[in-house]
Amino acid sequence: MAEDSLKKDKLIIAKKKFNSRLIVGTGKYKSMSECAKAIKLSGSEIVTVAVRRVNISNKNKPLLMDYIDPKKTTYLPNTAGCFNSKDALRTLRLAREIGGWKLVKLEVLGDKTNLFPDMIETLKTTEVLAKEGFRVMVYCNDDPLMAKRLENSGADAIMPLAAPIGSGLGILNKINIQIIRRQTKLPVIIDAGLGQASDATIAMELGCDGVLVNTAIAKAKKPFEMALAFKNAVVAGRQSYNSGRIDKNLMGYPSSPSEGII
Amino acid sequence: MKKIKIKVNGKVKTVLNNSKLSDLLNNLNIPIKKVAIELNQEIIDKKRTSNIKLKKNDKIEIVHFIGGG
Repeated sequence: MAEDSLKKDKLIIAKKKFNSRLIVGTGKYKSMSECAKAIKLSGSEIVTVAVRRVNISNKNKPLLMDYIDPKKTTYLPNTAGCFNSKDALRTLRLAREIGGWKLVKLEVLGDKTNLFPDMIETLKTTEVLAKEGFRVMVYCNDDPLMAKRLENSGADAIMPLAAPIGSGLGILNKINIQIIRRQTKLPVIIDAGLGQASDATIAMELGCDGVLVNTAIAKAKKPFEMALAFKNAVVAGRQSYNSGRIDKNLMGYPSSPSEGII
Repeated sequence: MKKIKIKVNGKVKTVLNNSKLSDLLNNLNIPIKKVAIELNQEIIDKKRTSNIKLKKNDKIEIVHFIGGG
């Protein structure tokens, strides 16, 4: 019974249903084949990808699409590396042209050292993309007011950071994440800053709808084992959240009856 | 035949005057279904590359998906 209810518990983004609540990035792996194997083990159905120039001098360079079939795995084009609205729009319009991708991840960064998002540019870009028919998942700060503004601007998913991209610090502001979750009808996906599998469990226990992980898997000493660990951690966290945790108490309460003690 | 200089992905290339965008893509062996193409910052309909004649100083960008976060 419990397993059946988990199967019915789908992640829904822009009316599309997904079984896995784990989204993984495809960057920073040693090779395409390592990346493809890690993704398979993670059970993820959505992967983020970057838009870059084709290497015209080396025609035999392997292509991502040869390793990860876009018909089986949903590609989520990302604007990583964009620092203004113009570049982000250009990137996603090109991404759509590659093969009709409408579901995209918007990420407009504001600072090269901490990689925090520039929320003013992000907000502006979300509005334009939504008007152009894109379904936009938006990387943002863990700021409930900005998250609300994104929702009002036509975002399809809110993706607050746990901590700076690639930092591995885990969720720094659980309260803000809970407020963001509580106030929105959109899916909330924790994006960036997770370091280990338990961070994903915490995100899910806070009520988040999913997590996006790249560095924590790709740069783990054993990426395949870590991919599996994240898969299980997300499932565990979701089950725990759905199960309804007990109240917290200051004092101890015995688990065994006090009656009949010898 | 007169030759002209254009830029492809930031690199200078010499092509025959009046050659078509589709000729360039064929010569570079580009898997057209897996890329998007910009000509002077405007996205090109991939079905119409044989209708586009290359001109001097044209800037072409050919992009695809790679691994990213």
